[in-house]
Amino acid sequence: MGFDQYHEPAAELPDETRTFARLCASLTEEAEAIGWYEQRIAVESDRQARAIMRDAQGEEFKHFAMDLEFLLRRTPLWREIAEGILFQEGDIVEHGEEAEEEAVEEAAGRGEPLVGSTSLGIGSLRGAAS
Amino acid sequence: MSHLLREHAPVSETAWGLIDDEARDRLTPALAARKLVDFAGPHGWEHSATSLGRTSALAGAPVDGVTAVQRRVLPVVELRAPFAVSRAELRDADRGAEDVDLDALDEAARRIATAENRAVFHGFEDAGIMGIAQASTHDPIALGDECELYPRHVARAVEALLRAGVGGPYGLALGPAAYTRVLETSEHGGYPLFEHLRKIIEGPLVWSPGVDGAVVVSQRGGDFLFEVGEDLSIGYESHDADAVELYLVESFTFRVVTPDAAVALTP
Repeated sequence: MGFDQYHEPAAELPDETRTFARLCASLTEEAEAIGWYEQRIAVESDRQARAIMRDAQGEEFKHFAMDLEFLLRRTPLWREIAEGILFQEGDIVEHGEEAEEEAVEEAAGRGEPLVGSTSLGIGSLRGAAS
Repeated sequence: MSHLLREHAPVSETAWGLIDDEARDRLTPALAARKLVDFAGPHGWEHSATSLGRTSALAGAPVDGVTAVQRRVLPVVELRAPFAVSRAELRDADRGAEDVDLDALDEAARRIATAENRAVFHGFEDAGIMGIAQASTHDPIALGDECELYPRHVARAVEALLRAGVGGPYGLALGPAAYTRVLETSEHGGYPLFEHLRKIIEGPLVWSPGVDGAVVVSQRGGDFLFEVGEDLSIGYESHDADAVELYLVESFTFRVVTPDAAVALTP
């Protein structure tokens, strides 16, 4: 069995990062399976077999969504950006650009740590005084 | 790996969590300046200067027929407060001990928070930082020890700000001695002095280690800018068999945009 979801020596990685990497690997596998089923269904002539694979593909979509939700719960800034993109009508690229700009500006205004930072995350304390 | 080298410290994830939580708990009450001035950033450890949008004249230029000016910037200052943690205490933390001795961290947190407050309110000449009290264009008001008179002094400061066209609400940074006196005091009729002062300033009254006397500051925004490169973080220096040497660090600049938006109350 391979451990190639780790790009760095696993022993040096914190538990949280290892869990995050496992879910990233899982997300990739679900996405691959969705694509594979799509191709198989496209070439399968048996109606019953197509129905089974369509059902299986639905499961993969569900697992993909669960993996994504897990990862976004651990990355609040990216969750905020995703909220501006997912399940919206209109231009996806435009939504992506706007959501990123808004979320990053708001986070900076709150003095939140940069992505990947190991600071204490104290930032601004306006409003914290009596 | 970041410049903090935390991965090289013989400190478990559990112990790092404990150290970071303790630092946050100790720093937050003492970081008075962040409760009263605008905050920008963090821009990261690589951030080295704040642009002032101004230039300085240069005496000459490389060739005739060309003029030259130089952009002015405010260089970032790095503050660092070292402390040591016993490795035996860290091992106990891993065993689940609740009363781990982190006194040296607490003291380092107090020192760096006081230094940050002092730089903001009274300046840090070697770093090119002009403090709020120094920059104020208003005559300082003597605060004194008689805290029954504090409402009068603070009201005079508020009136000076209003005359200068600086509207409220205002905040009051009170040095520890003055803050304690205010908390201990009730006026005639038992009304707490703390509440009376808050009604005058219409904003926060903040315990401010490092502040001499007190400073009344505008809270409308845009007058005082604290800009952070690396926000307060804990890094690893070295270790031996007995102790791990760590440090609190931050990098920032501070500048007063509106000198008449504050009044100093001297002790």
